[in-house]
Amino acid sequence: MDFTNHRIWPLFTIKGHTVYITESIFATWIIMAVLFIFTIAARYKINSFKERPAAGSIQNLLELAVESMHNMAESNLGKRLSWLGGYFFGVFAFILACNYSSLFKLRPPTTDFATTLALALNTFFLIHVLGLVYRKGEYLKDYFKPIFVFLPTNIIGELSRPVSLSFRLFGNILGGFIMLELLYASLPAVFRIAIPDIFHFYEDIFIGALQAFIFCVLSMTFIKEKASEEEA
Amino acid sequence: MDSVLAMSALAAGIAVLTAAGAGIGQGFATGKAVEAIARQPEARGSIMSTLLIGAAVAETTAIYGFVIALLLLFVNPLIK
Repeated sequence: MDFTNHRIWPLFTIKGHTVYITESIFATWIIMAVLFIFTIAARYKINSFKERPAAGSIQNLLELAVESMHNMAESNLGKRLSWLGGYFFGVFAFILACNYSSLFKLRPPTTDFATTLALALNTFFLIHVLGLVYRKGEYLKDYFKPIFVFLPTNIIGELSRPVSLSFRLFGNILGGFIMLELLYASLPAVFRIAIPDIFHFYEDIFIGALQAFIFCVLSMTFIKEKASEEEA
Repeated sequence: MDSVLAMSALAAGIAVLTAAGAGIGQGFATGKAVEAIARQPEARGSIMSTLLIGAAVAETTAIYGFVIALLLLFVNPLIK
């Protein structure tokens, strides 16, 4: 049984360690290309948008997606920070496309810890930069709550956030991926046609969408906690 | 070397037992959410989203155990 991230092409060597282009990097490129083409096509489509779109048209679909993400950002982040909704739309679309890529026999890039860690570090950066920009001194005072003795505990608590965010996404998707690989390996070839579909539906479509949603909502909650004054 | 490998396989099995705690926790959370929806069906949307976030947070410890098991099985640091 082989679940490793296969190496495709050696890139360069630093101090005896070779850096490779792996399967998951290749899958990331494909996903990036698909999302890029879709975005450009949607942008050109905007020119022909009407005041009253026909039911079930592409315009309806795009407006639904943008509006639901805007509502989610506004309810989770508050009015002042709702401009971050655009960033989270991108993150959501990327994670969703990554998780669904296993339906097309690609290796999902979210089964590579580097991808999820990069996404979680983006959130970490946003939490602290926005906290400093929006609340300045109040933000620094948070580290000495309830009394100054808790400073190390608070710092460790902050550092554990990107770890738990990245491991949650990584572990869920990798677990589903390994289970499906085991299923394919254990079934005789005749039964590989319809039976794995049920598990694909749960592991890829349901868990994939759920984890993309949860990553965005948790990131928003963390950002709001640090950067917004009005929260309780 | 063989005994280290055998004990690593056992340890991977034990590490995955963390899933029991997460399962119990998620079960409690879902039961309470069902009670809340039965009492107040109009608040279904917000209860569901809170439940999903809470269940995802409760799951974290199980995921840690799972990742440790994977490390022991595939990139075992003890037999390098």
